[in-house]
Amino acid sequence: MKLKKLATCFRYLGFFALLCLITGLATAPAAFAAEPEQKNIILATTTSTQDSGLLDALIPIFEKETGYFVKTIAVGSGQAMAMGEKGEADVLLVHSPAAEKKFMEAQNGINRRLVMHNDFVIVGPPADPAGIKGSKTSPEAFMKIANTGNLFLSRGDNSGTHSKEKGIWKAAGLNPEEQPSKWYQQTGQGMGQTLNVAAEKLGYTLTDRGTWLALQKNLGLPVLMEGDPILLNIYHVIDVNPAKWPKVNAPGARAFSDFMVSPATQSIIKTFGVDKYGSPLFFPDAGKKVEDLGK
Amino acid sequence: MELILEGILKAIALLVSLDPEVLGITSLSLKISGTATLISLFLGVSTGTVVALTRFPGRKLVVSLINTGMGLPPVVVGLFVTIFLWRNGPLGFLQILYTPGAIILAQAIIATPIISGISLAAMQNLPANLRLQILALGATRLQMTWLLIREARLPLLAAVMAGFGGIISEVGASIMVGGNIKGYSRVLTTATVMETGRGNFDVAIALSAILLLLAFLINYLLTRIQQRERPR
Repeated sequence: MKLKKLATCFRYLGFFALLCLITGLATAPAAFAAEPEQKNIILATTTSTQDSGLLDALIPIFEKETGYFVKTIAVGSGQAMAMGEKGEADVLLVHSPAAEKKFMEAQNGINRRLVMHNDFVIVGPPADPAGIKGSKTSPEAFMKIANTGNLFLSRGDNSGTHSKEKGIWKAAGLNPEEQPSKWYQQTGQGMGQTLNVAAEKLGYTLTDRGTWLALQKNLGLPVLMEGDPILLNIYHVIDVNPAKWPKVNAPGARAFSDFMVSPATQSIIKTFGVDKYGSPLFFPDAGKKVEDLGK
Repeated sequence: MELILEGILKAIALLVSLDPEVLGITSLSLKISGTATLISLFLGVSTGTVVALTRFPGRKLVVSLINTGMGLPPVVVGLFVTIFLWRNGPLGFLQILYTPGAIILAQAIIATPIISGISLAAMQNLPANLRLQILALGATRLQMTWLLIREARLPLLAAVMAGFGGIISEVGASIMVGGNIKGYSRVLTTATVMETGRGNFDVAIALSAILLLLAFLINYLLTRIQQRERPR
């Protein structure tokens, strides 16, 4: 009798447990088993390389060639470098040159190499209520937006794009965060998300061309300002310094950064996006000097 | 409206065509949240039962802590699990940050208090004399506990549903500790966030529809079990 009761007990409560066991436990050990450390590479990078789809095109090739497994953590350049500073990433692909210089000076990284560039553009509502079209420089365009009090969406996340934007405000001699009215808003999110917000609220924003090209079909935000030298968007690959952080996967990081500047990869970057958007999203620059870009 | 329709059509298309990436993401979501629920089930029901059936100093504090834990914000769990699992963090030697295992860990931490709290309430709700009666009939303590758990099976299954529902739909912790890595730790919620960011709203809606369908199916199954009439 007791045995029978116990059995029913097990049946009722165990039913779901069994369900989980079938779907879950069978595969749980596989999920928990970490691969050997040197197999994994943590790549901390910006949202633009992921949102534009470039990494989805490149990383499978790298993994196939080398047998490494790349864990791509797409955050802003600022957070990517913060991970590098703590030794929590192996290799960085970032686009925030001023912050990168500080990062290198603090001995956090080694082997910083130029990978590619595209450019930033200022996009906004088609009607261009602030009249920034035809501005000679981007600080001038920013001033017009500020003076007319039109909505500007900032990334606000310490990403490469955000630090570029802050640089332009500085050049314009204005600190938008100190402005009393509400025309300056920070999303704190990635480029794609910020573009979506700008499209929805009919605001202006600064974006890298790659993400804008990838998203423009749904946006309805035309490019209103481009071509200013200050708008150059330069991507570097940096290995995190293994001398500072012994747990870093130095050979893996080196293999990845070598891959990014290899001729084969550079030629993929050159044509990436042409079939889909009619123009390339990035321009390969391996081996060039930063000063020569955009000329 | 058109966008939503397009998204639902896309969801059907993705499911019918058995898109390998979407299937992979869906099954990974199920495995991760299923495993986390299972772990939480054992931890939660045992904690809830012990706290419900015993009296000890500080018990009220423990109950308050469990009840607070039921509302544990997933991002807070995500942040602390990340810090603990960092290479140079206290649990760095485990090397599970940015793996499905890390997501299971975070989700189990989120679901355990939910299941404990509901189990605790369920066990306390049983008539107090039931225990005496069972013991008087000569049951051992273990048998008594099993009988009580069986008696509380309706709210206990509700606890499982609440726990599972809470973590399969959770995104903050999953993206922080899992990293949303393609084909490895990308689950339905993190993929939805990413596709929205990429402006692929149709895919995002499709993934949401799959998530809703999944949550419904699991809960329907559990409800069927819960509401099943037992032959007397």
